[in-house]
Amino acid sequence: MSAQPILEISGLKTVFRIGDREIVAVRDLSLAVATGETVALVGESGSGKSVTSLSIMGLLPRGVGRIAAGTIRLKRKTGEVVELQTIGGDTLRRVRGNDIGIVFQEPLTSLNPVFTIGEQIAEPIRIHMGKSHREALSDAIQRLEDVGIPDPHRRARQYPHELSGGMRQRATIAMALACNPTLLIADEPTTALDVTIQAQILDLLGRLQKERGMGMLFVTHNLGVVAEIADRVAVMYAGSLVETGSVARVFSHPRHPYTKGLMRSVPQLGTATLLREAGTPLPTIAGSVPSLMDLPSGCPFAPRCPYRIEACSEAYPALADAGEGQFSRCIRWQEI
Amino acid sequence: MSQEFLLEVSRLGKDFAPVAFARGPVVRAVQDVSFNIKRGEVVGLVGESGSGKTTIGRMVAQLIEPTSGSIRFEGSETTSLTRRELRSLHARVQYIFQDPFASLSPRMTIGEILAEGLDIQRVGSRSERAAKAAQALASVDLPPDAISRYPHEFSGGQRQRIGIARALTLAPELIVADEPVSALDVSIQAQIVNLLRDLQMRLGLTMLFIAHDLAVVEYVADTVIVLYLGRIMEMAPSRELYASPQHPYTRALLSAVPSPDPSRHANRQILKGDIPSPANPPSGCVFRTRCPVAIEACAGVVPPLREGTKGHFKACIRDDLG
Repeated sequence: MSAQPILEISGLKTVFRIGDREIVAVRDLSLAVATGETVALVGESGSGKSVTSLSIMGLLPRGVGRIAAGTIRLKRKTGEVVELQTIGGDTLRRVRGNDIGIVFQEPLTSLNPVFTIGEQIAEPIRIHMGKSHREALSDAIQRLEDVGIPDPHRRARQYPHELSGGMRQRATIAMALACNPTLLIADEPTTALDVTIQAQILDLLGRLQKERGMGMLFVTHNLGVVAEIADRVAVMYAGSLVETGSVARVFSHPRHPYTKGLMRSVPQLGTATLLREAGTPLPTIAGSVPSLMDLPSGCPFAPRCPYRIEACSEAYPALADAGEGQFSRCIRWQEI
Repeated sequence: MSQEFLLEVSRLGKDFAPVAFARGPVVRAVQDVSFNIKRGEVVGLVGESGSGKTTIGRMVAQLIEPTSGSIRFEGSETTSLTRRELRSLHARVQYIFQDPFASLSPRMTIGEILAEGLDIQRVGSRSERAAKAAQALASVDLPPDAISRYPHEFSGGQRQRIGIARALTLAPELIVADEPVSALDVSIQAQIVNLLRDLQMRLGLTMLFIAHDLAVVEYVADTVIVLYLGRIMEMAPSRELYASPQHPYTRALLSAVPSPDPSRHANRQILKGDIPSPANPPSGCVFRTRCPVAIEACAGVVPPLREGTKGHFKACIRDDLG
């Protein structure tokens, strides 16, 4: 793991109260993001990937979701280290949008329809960097230019509905980067976009991350996107981190049966024709993702796992060190 | 019955007028689209938003009426049918919807959902309908007790199986599947794709398969049609289209798909700009505003869809690029 982590999550447990029950949405999650590094958090629905990012940002629904255990340490721009799970209110507001930039999936809902694009990007610059209206607005125009929006002076005066989906997502990226954060959290930022626009946004995020040396936590369900953008990957399933390591390692030698099954079940361009002509079915993972209300005992993946043995249902497996920075939450990782 | 093509679509067009009291231009959703589907063939329609793929699917299934052009089913025109004729056609062309949550009525049991089409078509007796529903359920690998349960009791993948079973009960000749897996989790997608492929082969179904996921279409379709802003850019047998795409848009589209295989990232081609609005498409070739090889002449004429090698069509005037 590289030198200085900007973000260090350790033993995170996030729970939700549903009726009179508490369900565990994220369990025993440890993860670090270093300066200049992109870490992808990948998983299907209910895997806990978005809950993890909400936990970091302090955006869990109040009264419903809470962090029950663990620490989330952030190194601020000033060098000060804060524990995000303990600070609240004012301090958290000083961190969000300032030290942490956030890009969400749906640009139309993360932009305010009644303010111009320029005003929305200028707002955090005024609040966090103490600049005047006029200075902030001219900074905002510069940010729009940084994210490749043509004619930024005109765009800054427009409202969100006047921009296309791709342009809106560029604008939310400009807003997230307004105060030069050291950490960018991107939660499914390209999922709502068409594939040719997705390619543009991935290219942009990769470039900005390198230029600025930010740490980036990139949440996605798309394995192709992970390979495209990330240095390291953390695979989540039913609230648990099941495998982590460098993208190159994990994708070429997955050490968890879920990662392996997921990789195989996605048809690949260029090879799908051969499978079809040979009449071969796509490899699948049997069954479906379990409900968090009703998780199996032991390993959460056991009921769908082709490597399952009796011991799997007896105890929750620990993260095993598979070498070279790769870890797998599977007791049979050596056989995979 | 000896028609070569089950479905013949010719010069199909669809304009959407602005809704009442709204100002705004007419949206040219589909323009001059022609293609045929042979019996037992799977044709894939791919394209990004605004490409017109869903609009074409809905016109083929007679859910909306075309503005121009013709759709012939087994040689008979379907664009000017009486209600009675339309009802009998609906039994022969069935639709699978994208969203397995929105497309099943929460107040009907699975048995009622599956038998509804049979009831409307007045097929057989009540017990025969129940038997058909049960059979359809079995063909999508759901347990028999599902028949008396409600949609909310099922997961997304199971609901999509129910949606497929519903399309099968009437033993249709053509199935229009509109993004049948894109709302599902990755690990469930492959299960549903396999099921569709298996049913298609076993029952000899003819299918129009609409999707934006190019790899899924490659696995399912025999022939692929690439759409952009309501027009066909390229049409070819699947193997050919993916191995040697001829149209600059198809090339860019294939290159834009993120791949888990890092060796494929090398020569990524990123298109500049946005997809124009279908309310105000560019003159001449609709792709020219983003095309890396556009020349002046591209603005002048709408490029005709021409056949290069056998069965491989493209709508591009740049033949000099090889």
